[in-house]
Amino acid sequence: MSGIAFLLNGTPVRVEGEAPTRTLLDWLREDRGLTGTKEACCEGDCGACTVMVTDDSGSKALNACILFLHQLDGKAVRTVEGISGPGGKMHPVQEAMVQHHGSQCGFCTPGFVVSMAVAHLNGARDHDDQLAGNLCRCTGYAPIIRAAEAVEAAPVPDWMKADQPLSLSQISSVKSEEPGSFTGGFTPRDSDELADWYLANPEAVLIAGATDVGLWVTKSLRDLKPVAFLSGVKDLQGIERRGGQLHVGAGVTIAALREAVAGPLPSFGELLRRYASQQVRNAATIGGNIANGSPIGDGPPALIALGATLHLRRGDEMRSLPLEHFFLDYRKQDRRPGEFVVGVSFPDHARGLRCYKISKRFDQDISAVCGCFNVTVDGGTVTDARIAFGGMAGIPKRAALAEAAVLGQPWTLATVEAAAQAMAGDFTPLSDMRASAAYRLTTAQNLMIRYFHDLQGVPVSVLEVRA
Amino acid sequence: MSMGKPLPHDTAPLHVTGQARYVDDIPMPGNALHLAFGLSTVAHGEITGIDLTLVRSAPGVVAVYSAADLDPMPDCSPSAHDEPLLAVGRVHYVGQPVFLVVAESYLAARKAARLGKVSYAELPAILTVDQAMAANSRFEQGPVIWQKGDPAKVMATAAHLVEGSFEVGGQEHFYLEGQVAAALPQEGGDMVIHASTQHPTEIQHKVAHALHLPMNAVRVEVRRMGGGFGGKESQGNALAIACAVAARLTGRPCRMRYDRDDDMMITGKRHDLRITYRAGVDGDGRILGLEFTHLMRCGWAQDLSLPVADRAMLHADNFYHLPNIRIESHRLKTNTQSATAFRGFGGPQGMVGIERVLDHVAFAVGRDPLAVRKLNFYYADEGGGASGRGVLDHQKVQTTPFHMPVEDFIGHELVAELERTSDFGKRMAAIAEWNKGSPILKRGIALTPVKFGISFTLSWLNQAGALVHVYQDGSIHLNHGGTEMGQGLFQKVAQVTAAVFGVDVSMVKITATDTGKVPNTSATAASSGADMNGMAAKAAAETIRGRLAEYIAGKHQAKASAVRFVDGQVRVAGEVYGWAQVVAWAYQARVSLSSTGYYATPKILWDRVRGTGRPFFYFAYGAAVTEVVIDRLTGENRILRADILHDTGTSLNPAIDIGQVEGAYVQGAGWLTTEELVWDGKGRLTTHAPSTYKIPACSDRPDVFNVALWGKPNREDSVGKSKAVGEPPLMLGISALMALSDAVAACGDGKVYPALDAPATAERVLMAINKVEGRRAKDV
Repeated sequence: MSGIAFLLNGTPVRVEGEAPTRTLLDWLREDRGLTGTKEACCEGDCGACTVMVTDDSGSKALNACILFLHQLDGKAVRTVEGISGPGGKMHPVQEAMVQHHGSQCGFCTPGFVVSMAVAHLNGARDHDDQLAGNLCRCTGYAPIIRAAEAVEAAPVPDWMKADQPLSLSQISSVKSEEPGSFTGGFTPRDSDELADWYLANPEAVLIAGATDVGLWVTKSLRDLKPVAFLSGVKDLQGIERRGGQLHVGAGVTIAALREAVAGPLPSFGELLRRYASQQVRNAATIGGNIANGSPIGDGPPALIALGATLHLRRGDEMRSLPLEHFFLDYRKQDRRPGEFVVGVSFPDHARGLRCYKISKRFDQDISAVCGCFNVTVDGGTVTDARIAFGGMAGIPKRAALAEAAVLGQPWTLATVEAAAQAMAGDFTPLSDMRASAAYRLTTAQNLMIRYFHDLQGVPVSVLEVRA
Repeated sequence: MSMGKPLPHDTAPLHVTGQARYVDDIPMPGNALHLAFGLSTVAHGEITGIDLTLVRSAPGVVAVYSAADLDPMPDCSPSAHDEPLLAVGRVHYVGQPVFLVVAESYLAARKAARLGKVSYAELPAILTVDQAMAANSRFEQGPVIWQKGDPAKVMATAAHLVEGSFEVGGQEHFYLEGQVAAALPQEGGDMVIHASTQHPTEIQHKVAHALHLPMNAVRVEVRRMGGGFGGKESQGNALAIACAVAARLTGRPCRMRYDRDDDMMITGKRHDLRITYRAGVDGDGRILGLEFTHLMRCGWAQDLSLPVADRAMLHADNFYHLPNIRIESHRLKTNTQSATAFRGFGGPQGMVGIERVLDHVAFAVGRDPLAVRKLNFYYADEGGGASGRGVLDHQKVQTTPFHMPVEDFIGHELVAELERTSDFGKRMAAIAEWNKGSPILKRGIALTPVKFGISFTLSWLNQAGALVHVYQDGSIHLNHGGTEMGQGLFQKVAQVTAAVFGVDVSMVKITATDTGKVPNTSATAASSGADMNGMAAKAAAETIRGRLAEYIAGKHQAKASAVRFVDGQVRVAGEVYGWAQVVAWAYQARVSLSSTGYYATPKILWDRVRGTGRPFFYFAYGAAVTEVVIDRLTGENRILRADILHDTGTSLNPAIDIGQVEGAYVQGAGWLTTEELVWDGKGRLTTHAPSTYKIPACSDRPDVFNVALWGKPNREDSVGKSKAVGEPPLMLGISALMALSDAVAACGDGKVYPALDAPATAERVLMAINKVEGRRAKDV
């Protein structure tokens, strides 16, 4: 049985025989004639295809262009057409967008409307963050924010509440009876099923949020076979706080992780606020961010600076290792065929942790340099130092020479400057479209200086300055 | 009166509910085919072989065409017939279409297009302006040079000589809706095209040429674009032609849209350039003589580069009277995408040059940049304004570097008002104080003005047509040659039309631009859409109103001139009738209720070769104050606040105008800050998607964003005394670059000028900081 079922704008639909790589966006536009959802980049960077997806963790905005149909089994999808109510009644967000002149060419507008309606439903008022994943080229955003602010207090329309998890029982009668195998892949229900299947299919592609794998399909036009969709593996989606550590399952989304660390590790939380966009954070998982081995992922540098331990599983065999040892070389990790990331553990407090992301644009951008510092000072002397960078090498990497230069030294500007000098020996970064090698190195060194001033309470971030 | 009301965009309710239909949303017949190009992978080379075997055998492929299959090869150029649809013999840039795949689905076409095997004998590629200058690779015989006065002579005796050179990056349009077109074959070989284009007549013309048909056999329809910004003035030609040719050859409807990467790889962008300047100034910072050199990187084909480069020269003065000036403009041919129209059309490039010069001059003479700017403003218009100058005996209307009198200059009053509303002086002092107490973060502030010339510089383009029908039930059908790309043109013209008839704007049905209804249209470009189409629609409506007035006056033995059309009523000789009633009677009395309207912009006369005359009907003005903060350690920077006062004359729709100003400012600031196009050493664009090319996001807009309209009527007889608004406010974004320069200068001791290149990414800002602080790149 290869069928999946979900609610589409309040109506149960059953889909059969679709390739595992068919995206929701293509299906909506090509098969359902729901052309309100737009394609503008097909890589999750513009938000024109934003849809609302509701599951037992709530309602969230996701990019339909890199969302595979199979990921929707048992969920509820609402497109811009379904943001309007019965008889075409406009949602308060839609009315406000008209009244406040929030649309010009109108092409990005459906995506904005959906993001805004989801934020409105969830009572979120951090509009800049909620809308960081929606690009508009016409308005300069000001009228859109005015519209979002204007409807903050408006009641949520009834039809928007219809997608709450409870109502998913509506489709239980048509929900596919045997979740699991389908043509071209597998949908495990727990990590044991995943472990067995992956051991037998070690060439498979594991898909959690699809925010990276999605691009293999939409940009590289690859056919992926076989695949496993991991969203049903609930036992890898937990966050536990015990023994001074946070234990985070591989399937935890960046959005959930951000919520968990925002209190105990505020700088990590702020880094995750700038991790891609709302739509991407709602889909992407920390396991995916680590396992894909990118040198420019923002999770690993922070986790390495925290001294995180990575947990892997292959069949019934579990092992753990310091996260930095997982990254061997460019796109090469210490992961055997059939082995997968089950989670990561790290201290739930680190007073000295500071995470700095340098990118061309503040939101929804990839780091040119991501520097994470975690120095412990006892009685004026440095007793521990963990400094890790993304974007400075082929892997997320510790600045060993800089760490050595501060360890056992008095915590002074002179020490920090010496460490910054030493850092030149730690990295030989590349030049690319994000930054030159010289800028990367200079900035990495300067971030060491910033860190010192930051700990002294000197204002160091342009994001904290107001007009 | 519908004119002047802040009505929402006419299709806003359709935008927000997802019902607004774009070309890719139009349901196609079941047998429709989909197209994709196979692209060149080298910047310059002879094609030595094309093996399309795998492409032809790929699933879903119906046909594949390359140069061997199309003879003569259709041309896509809007100007010089130098853009073959598919490369013939040689390729000229990475991304040039080499073959065309026609397939059963969009995905099948894209997949197959990647299977082509094209071999090349690579030739040396010219990628930079330096390489182009060295090879004398250019359009036109040599540089275009305009001169007024004798700058060299004046400079020889000037108190200060201020010299410099800087790079200004290009800009990707990043319309959210990518390029797209569809062709539907008709009986007898005719063709109907749906295209996302600012220039339906150009598409009609090029498709007719490609199909060897007269223009009357091709009809082009455009309901709306999902953004244009100049990127759909000529860059959509290839898709429409490809669809038409494939539709002709297969007999089936065809649709083509570029995916985002293809769109950015294939199509042209704003021209990047290097500007070199030499200014002779007096001790106060008054510019006595000035020389500019523009090295414009035009790419592989001519496209619109000549008028773009002209407009850069035409805006080299901006707000400032430059009695002795020489401008030398090189239009360089390189093996890159063919740079094209982009909002401002060269104006921004010219204007950023003079603003940079003034910033540099102020630094050199040690004065506040705004004071130096004001010192160089054009004189106030006769009748005064707050110029602050005494009446000088030689004070008369000053002329631009191209000898056009500046008769409508409102700069002194406008800037004074903005200084007041933005609290400029006080904030400048407060920022200086704040900077003293902030070792790592520094703020900067700048006020820059805009004077932008309105009209196409190719004079014959300054014409427009409209078609208005009144149906027997009183409803009104409006059509004109302008296209809607989000700028609110349709709503503005509808407001003008409704005002003529004295009815509510809801009575006016706005309809898709259609070459079958209004012929020989100019591109919706040069900010001229509302000016020209509004006047044409007004003329059409007035013709019909005149007939109605004659008719109803005749029935009452009254004069037609005494009939009034207001509030949905017709008033004549003490009687009041409903609009629809009068229309119904007129229909039965056999009065024609349909009319065309036509408009040609008056007063303009321009000799582009000599660089003299009056290319512009009038100027639009504005000014902006931007405040920024930068980080000395990383170069990270943000806009904190922007205050704008912009002149749209008597606004036809203030809500739409403010939307244009806000959007243009953010787009202009993006051009000069985060939007960086990067080509590698092989001429490959490495920033071809939003993952790598960063237009402003939501949080990049200023936290505090105050926008006001000047509101005084245009002194020229424009539609409703309004002024064009599409392009001018983009250049308000220049204030962001100058504010960054101010913040960088605050890091130093006043000895080294920041000399910031654009776009001022964090990296460029840090380089400039290191320079003013006397650090080498690798020093901490």
